[in-house]
Amino acid sequence: MTQEIRVTNYPEVLTDRASHYCPGCHHGTAHRLVAEAITDLGLVDNTILVGSIGCSVFIYNYLTLDAIESPHGRAPAVATGVKRARPDKIVFTYQGDGDLASIGMAEIMHCANRGENITTIFVNNTVYGMTGGQMAPTTLVGQKTTTCPGGRCSENEGMPIRMTEIIASLGGVAFAERVAVNNIKNIKKARKAVTKAFEYQTKKAGFSFVEILSTCPTNWRMTPLQANKRIETEMIPYFPLGNFKDVLAKEEK
Amino acid sequence: MSSRVEFREDRCKGCLLCTEVCPTGIIQQSSRFNQKGYKVTEIAPDMMSECKGCAFCAMMCPDYAINVYTTKSAKGGEK
Amino acid sequence: MSTPKRIFVKGNEAISRGALAAGVKCFFGYPITPQNDIPEFMSSAMFEVGGQFVQAESEVAAANMLLGAAGCGIRAMTSSSSPGMSLKQEAISYMAGSELPGVLVNVSRGGPGLGDIGPSQGDYFQSVKGGGHGDYKLLVLAPGTVQEAYDLTIKAFDLAFKYRNPVLVLADAIIGQMKEPVVPWVPENLDPNEGQDWGLQGAKDRAPRLLKSLFLDDGALAGQNQKLQAKYQAMQAEVDQELFLTEDAELVVVAFGSIGRIVKSTIRKLRGQGHKVGLVRPITLFPFPSEVLLNLAKEGKRFLTIEHNMGQMVEDVRLSIRTVADSAFHGQLPGNLPTPDDFEEPILKALEG
Repeated sequence: MTQEIRVTNYPEVLTDRASHYCPGCHHGTAHRLVAEAITDLGLVDNTILVGSIGCSVFIYNYLTLDAIESPHGRAPAVATGVKRARPDKIVFTYQGDGDLASIGMAEIMHCANRGENITTIFVNNTVYGMTGGQMAPTTLVGQKTTTCPGGRCSENEGMPIRMTEIIASLGGVAFAERVAVNNIKNIKKARKAVTKAFEYQTKKAGFSFVEILSTCPTNWRMTPLQANKRIETEMIPYFPLGNFKDVLAKEEK
Repeated sequence: MSSRVEFREDRCKGCLLCTEVCPTGIIQQSSRFNQKGYKVTEIAPDMMSECKGCAFCAMMCPDYAINVYTTKSAKGGEK
Repeated sequence: MSTPKRIFVKGNEAISRGALAAGVKCFFGYPITPQNDIPEFMSSAMFEVGGQFVQAESEVAAANMLLGAAGCGIRAMTSSSSPGMSLKQEAISYMAGSELPGVLVNVSRGGPGLGDIGPSQGDYFQSVKGGGHGDYKLLVLAPGTVQEAYDLTIKAFDLAFKYRNPVLVLADAIIGQMKEPVVPWVPENLDPNEGQDWGLQGAKDRAPRLLKSLFLDDGALAGQNQKLQAKYQAMQAEVDQELFLTEDAELVVVAFGSIGRIVKSTIRKLRGQGHKVGLVRPITLFPFPSEVLLNLAKEGKRFLTIEHNMGQMVEDVRLSIRTVADSAFHGQLPGNLPTPDDFEEPILKALEG
């Protein structure tokens, strides 16, 4: 007698509906990693989602969680308010590179520095996606966007910002890692990092941060496959993958 | 042991990321369009037997459009 | 710990103590003159009552922390002064749109821009007409004494949760910095389940709750705006004002906050000289006591609006009485501290007509 088992098990908290994201956009993958992490850790019932402004403004449609919408860049401050009001809940922000590294730079730095026990998932695709592909703080030198049509020029626009390294340097941060989801090996590592980030919140270790390098095929003017390739050829060389801070790992050693 | 892959054609956006990661290279773009106008991916029926059940395709799919099933025989099947 | 019978404190401290009496659980602030006493007091007081205090990185951040905490259905507050209130406007609009009961305190100072660190009433428009974007209203309470600052801060929390709307306590540097006796009191019967039927707690055994102000579907934003307007209409029930010697007055002075209180001294002096002057002191700036003013206008009285700005509330006075009468205006210039003597001549002039 044979039995067919289902290998793919999507967590229940991941709402079963079609998404508005573009073909090949990595938001869907990132959402799934969050869903898997909070499911594996048994946190779903006690998790509060703090949304942000960007393509992922609708994340509350894709994760079945209590959620609050934040103004652009302010999610870490809103999350601070939520966590201070409900210290026993798991609170996380989910933000893009315009939201977090431009208008929200003060909020993320200070939330991290205060060591607020929240988790930030930072989806970096080097552009402002929702608004049509403008230059972002993480846009690479030479990369063409609608507001640097000749390509980002460091003399005029400065250099792209490496957020994970900066966040890792702040005292209140417990965990800071940069991952990608452009291939299976990286997805597996990303899943581990996202799970660890939430785990550290349960341990009240401090602020946890995961930067996920992602595609934006539409605004990069690429096919999904080309965009996925760009992660490896252009983004990882400038934004290296890896762990930049892990306070509990030190203690274990 | 045998495996099969189900593509939810109403969810597929034709991004083809799954085709990149399939170790047996059996996933391909079909000639069918779904209602949203995306050209959906498929595994040709005669190629399905090559499927190893690794589910890399599902892991890579940003739209949760793929389900993978494995059938194990009761006695001494591979794990 | 027993409540003392009478304390002698600054308005800023009275506001802080009122918030504590009302059971505030989280305070988010930022330094700015002339309200620093509030975050300074709260930085130790909140811990003593098991609450949370955060000195945020900016007034923007503090207002957004308030948004988050209020979203959990708990009593939370922020305070600032005029330039800081300008920074908070986006978060205020979001709180109004998402229907969140945040309490804000503005100890207003001179403007525009950096202005000065003395009192003014130049934030009336910002407070009542909305410094933030979109069609929304805050309930605005304007204390005229330090006792009132204590009382109205408690009321602010009750109203915020009653209407699920942000509420603003609009004081100024005079109220904030002067010391007066206060009889502290603690409200009884605070509802422990307040805010728990809609606040965020983690969706255990129930459908998830979503607090947002984005409504993209066809007709959705229209519906939301209609709902909000109906609420603001219902808020009219909270209108409050003080009437001082208006029954036989020929001239009614309209003034709010510290000016409303200072002009009382002027009125007492002029009454002693036989002049028939009275005062309407709006305590709620929104909702505005339009009906009270209109009724006085219908009795044939004349009006003089006195404010510590270049003419803001006078527009609402004129709107209220427009079919029947008009209001003269005297503005104490921002940057000049008002005294009762300053208002004698403008009142006499208005009496002459």
